Amino acid sequence: MPRIFAYIVHKDGVVDDSATELAFAARKIDPSASPVAILTGWGAGLDAACDTLRSSFTEAWKVASEPLVYPNAELVRKALVKVLPPGSILLVSHDHFGIDLAPGLSIKMNSAFVSDVLDITGVEGPQLNVVRQEFGGQVSAHVRCDISSGAVVTIRPGAFKAPAGASAGGSVVDKSSDVGVLSAKRRYLETLVPEVGDVDITKHNVLVSIGRGIQEEDNVALAQELADELGAAVSCSRPVVDAKWMEKSRQVGSSGKTVKPKVYLACGISGAFQHLAGIKGNPFIVAINKNPKAPIFQVADIGIVDDLLEFLPQLTNRVREMRCVAAK
Amino acid sequence: MVGNYSPARIAEWLVPGRSLFLAIHILGVACFSYIVARRLVPLFRAKRDFRFDRPLTRLGTVLKFWLGQWKHPRYKTAGIIHLLIFAGFILLAIRAFSVLLVGVSETLVMPGFSEGVGHTYNLVTDYAATIVFLCMVAAAIRRLVFKPARYAVPARYGKAHTADAIFLLGLIAVLMVADSLFSASEAAAQTQQGAPAEALAVLSLPWMLKAALVSASLPTLRSLYVGAYLLHALTFYFLLCYRPFGIQFHVETSLFTIYFAKLDREILKPVRWGVPDERLDQVKSFGVKTFEDFTWKHMLDFYSCADCGRCSDNCPSNAAGRPLSPRFITIKARDYAFQHYPVIGRSNNSKPLIGNIYSDDEIWSCTTCGACEEECPLLVEYIDKIVDLRRGMIDDGNVPQSLQKPLKALESRGNPYGKLEKKRADWTRAQDFQQTCQVKTIDGNNGADTLFFVDSITSYDDRMQSIGRATARILDHVGENFGILGAVEKDSGHEVRRFGEEMLFLALRDQNVDAIKASGVQRIVTADPHAYNALKHDYKDVPPVEHISQVIARGVRTGNIQFSPVEDPNKVYAYHDPCYLGRHNQVYDDPRDVLDAIPGLKRVEMSRCRDRSFCCGGGGLMLFYEPKEEERMGVKRVRMAAEAGANVIVTACPFCMTNIEDAIKVAGMEGKMTAIDLAELVDQQIVRESSPKESELAVCGG
Amino acid sequence: MEILVCVRRVPDTSENEIELNPAGNDIERDELVYSINESDNYAVEEALQIVSRVGGKVTVVTVGGDDDEEILRREMAMGASHGVLISDDAFSGSDGRGIATILKAFAQKGQYDLILTGVQADDGAAQVGGMLAAMLDYPFASLVNSIEVLEGRKLKISREIEGGNKEMNEIDLPCVLSIQTGINEPRYVGMRGIRQIASVPIPTFSASDLGVDPAAVGQAATKVKRVDYFVPAVGRGAEMLHGSREEIVDKVLELVAAKGGLK
Repeated sequence: MPRIFAYIVHKDGVVDDSATELAFAARKIDPSASPVAILTGWGAGLDAACDTLRSSFTEAWKVASEPLVYPNAELVRKALVKVLPPGSILLVSHDHFGIDLAPGLSIKMNSAFVSDVLDITGVEGPQLNVVRQEFGGQVSAHVRCDISSGAVVTIRPGAFKAPAGASAGGSVVDKSSDVGVLSAKRRYLETLVPEVGDVDITKHNVLVSIGRGIQEEDNVALAQELADELGAAVSCSRPVVDAKWMEKSRQVGSSGKTVKPKVYLACGISGAFQHLAGIKGNPFIVAINKNPKAPIFQVADIGIVDDLLEFLPQLTNRVREMRCVAAK
Repeated sequence: MVGNYSPARIAEWLVPGRSLFLAIHILGVACFSYIVARRLVPLFRAKRDFRFDRPLTRLGTVLKFWLGQWKHPRYKTAGIIHLLIFAGFILLAIRAFSVLLVGVSETLVMPGFSEGVGHTYNLVTDYAATIVFLCMVAAAIRRLVFKPARYAVPARYGKAHTADAIFLLGLIAVLMVADSLFSASEAAAQTQQGAPAEALAVLSLPWMLKAALVSASLPTLRSLYVGAYLLHALTFYFLLCYRPFGIQFHVETSLFTIYFAKLDREILKPVRWGVPDERLDQVKSFGVKTFEDFTWKHMLDFYSCADCGRCSDNCPSNAAGRPLSPRFITIKARDYAFQHYPVIGRSNNSKPLIGNIYSDDEIWSCTTCGACEEECPLLVEYIDKIVDLRRGMIDDGNVPQSLQKPLKALESRGNPYGKLEKKRADWTRAQDFQQTCQVKTIDGNNGADTLFFVDSITSYDDRMQSIGRATARILDHVGENFGILGAVEKDSGHEVRRFGEEMLFLALRDQNVDAIKASGVQRIVTADPHAYNALKHDYKDVPPVEHISQVIARGVRTGNIQFSPVEDPNKVYAYHDPCYLGRHNQVYDDPRDVLDAIPGLKRVEMSRCRDRSFCCGGGGLMLFYEPKEEERMGVKRVRMAAEAGANVIVTACPFCMTNIEDAIKVAGMEGKMTAIDLAELVDQQIVRESSPKESELAVCGG
Repeated sequence: MEILVCVRRVPDTSENEIELNPAGNDIERDELVYSINESDNYAVEEALQIVSRVGGKVTVVTVGGDDDEEILRREMAMGASHGVLISDDAFSGSDGRGIATILKAFAQKGQYDLILTGVQADDGAAQVGGMLAAMLDYPFASLVNSIEVLEGRKLKISREIEGGNKEMNEIDLPCVLSIQTGINEPRYVGMRGIRQIASVPIPTFSASDLGVDPAAVGQAATKVKRVDYFVPAVGRGAEMLHGSREEIVDKVLELVAAKGGLK
């Protein structure tokens, strides 16, 4: 069985949520494996990140090099090629960084590449069996991947939720010296953050989406409060934009934005085809509507027939309570 | 003559008077001819337009719309003022020529004007001049004091046109005064000299002026006589030459615009006149991209527009605050023509119109409802121009993303939603419907006399399927042997064509025509006015087509259909005319007759009804287009229904239904207003031996 | 600038449910219509906009069969100068690495300053662009949502990263970029445009034309194979929650948390 590594993204000394997911995915490949976390970066942030990983990984490889201070996929790829033993399996989160890094890395490692994996069903000899989705999540596929010369596997964020585990009591191994001098033909310049208030609903994992059922402009605040508690954004259907209660940029639908959240709270949205056309990626849809015949209930996962204006504040309060409990 | 002086002689101390006036005439006529010739330059560079056929019909159009001023009284005050001015002008035109001739030759008399006729004529023109003068005053007061909203120029379209309008009104007033003064001074002088004076019409402007001048000295009168003549001549030629620079050009061009007006209003302009569909592939560029891509008649329209604003006053897009005002489609093009084809200087090559004088949104905003054309007194064409501009945009690939998806789906699937063809007849398979009505799909084994052409929205939209089922049950009730095309039916392409995608329309049309011919049906019925219009006017060689409201009306007349009374006494119905049933096909009475045949049904008319119906927001691809607007047309329409005292809007079009039901929700009038399709209402009220299951008017929307 | 855009023809599944074939080894394709992959179309539009600014030509290439010519014609109707079909029996069944190998061979036959791909196909893995870049040793950037051509054979690009943020980068030419949807507004191609280009011959390259070793591509060389398709178990219609409002609220939060909807 090849060694399993997990490339961990971190920022300002904090590791990405995907770290535990990758550890869990590694154990799904081989329950007996002790996967190795591999981190690249520079300075105190890197050290802090490595430290936090002791709880979920038995070993964390630290690759420190000044050019790696920002995770430029080209530099990271060059570093990993030098550090990773041939034939390893590397797990990477399937996010904007993983998409940037993983395919090219598989070429340079001469290993197999399988992306956006939702589930791992096991290993049979030199074959790794995984589950992927195709066609916007409408169908799933069993995929067999030849890992005899190693593999780079990207893991769909959120697909591998690890049960809370005990501390792995891991150690940090410094592999920086393996890297040598790094240079890239692509140079990071800066990150542009959109102006405050300019919410991009296509980028959110959770959307509190409101429709006509919100009834009045003042009630939009009810949705916003819930969204604030959930760390979500408020989106809406066309009538809300027509009424000028929200910006056009918040509209989901064939004439608005196409969103791919994980969770979609459809509040007072009847579920017209034009609206549903804007919801992609098969999210978990919770529909709240007064009308039990609203078409949204056809497509939702969970349906609640209730008055939005009463239900929303109660939901918001409950989330608030839970967060207070969690904080204690 | 004033004493021994005729105007021709009076200026002899300077130059021979006759030569002076002759020079003025020649110069004036030459200037005018030159200006008009320059104005005609773009028309010769324009695209072809076949307007030389059916001269008698065209003459009839001229008699009705030009001489008869048919459309003018649709706006009462302005219409009456215009009628009076027009009549005055016609009368004075002859007089103007005779006055002008007097300056050149005393002996010249208008042919056919014997003493008696000429005398009566003079009396009439005295009044004519007076009335025109008063009309100028009234028009100026309207412009300056009452300021009708339709004359206002929104900031985005430039400066107000008031100053120019007042200037022109003033010039005409001056012309009238000069003319009157000319007659008055002559008559006054004659009276003073005891000569038999020309009788002036009592209380007319010349009569009043004469009364004021009767005691003036002869030399004063002489000066006035000559001065008035000179003023008249100069003003006349100034006006003549100034008119081609602005809205007054319609005085000269309207006759031609109306003579060459489109006779087959319901048929859309071909991509290129004289190029048959099968040779369209050889046309290098589609539609209107530069000014020269317009046809000469369309350019003539631009010259002829009198800026009256009736088009925009009736335009629902304009009312909804969309960036479209038909009036400025014309005014901007006219200004462009004046600027790029100047009277003095070189004509310069034109830039693309879109992005320079028109915006994309402006052109996509039109619902082709036809309200502007219905209103225009000069029969200016708008839909053809909009469609031609869209053809140009389609050809350049300049199409909003929101329209590209449905267009692609229409190409690959034959419906704008991208739904599977095999699901097109799914609406017939609703369980409780199937128990009451079996709809057959016409194929080799199942023939039918009548084809129910369903079209895309009624086939695929959950809510509109109910209109399809109601229609089927009605056809069943009246004993039609009918069927549908099922999966082989394609979108009628009505909006595809009107959105400028001609080639896609032709493909859809050809597929439908083949399927219809293969079905062997004798007639076609549809519940969708857009499909109705397409089948009736855009398609060729298909059996006659009727809208379901016509079928129902016939059923009512023959007693084949009978209704049970309306149960709810609180319901007040208003019928909303769908544009493509009403304005474009003049089916106004059948739906109303049907409603009035339902016992106990209370019906009111909205103030905008019949040929002034207000578009609901547009059908077909317009549902996919996201216009920038202040308030939806549908919302405005729903409010109009409420103002009329109605609480049920009856319509006869699935697109109207979509827009109106949405608008009721947006307007927050749920519970206060409902909408129902005529077919649904009929299906509900019809008396059957065994009545069908409860009608299925589910509440839907998004 | 010479730009190569790698495109793919995919079933258009946006509005219709996908069904599996009885054998379960593929989706039911009889009723499907095909079109160019959406993000590939944005890549072509971007390439056209770049050459309209700085000059050059756009070549559109696809690996496939005769049916795939249709998308090349559509992109040529948009304005691409050349369309190239790479087709060989030896290529069938290639995985991402195989496709990248074939495209690498083609790219090396020309002088391309910039190679664009779409970010991902509906049935793809967002892999070919990155692999191709690595094979060519070109720099690569994914999820690109703006491109500005700089002096000195460089581009300034932005990448779409989390939260609507834009990661700005400078990248040397030649390079490979995978283009995100929304980078531009692709122009419309009507039936007329396609018909006008219908008779233009499309050059076809085979394995031997490109000097690709048939053993390195195709079904036999794949490291990743799809075994079968299956429909994930999703119940029809919502599970309606009943009970007191408090119970419902708790149940909703429990489920939402399980789906990653709670921070």
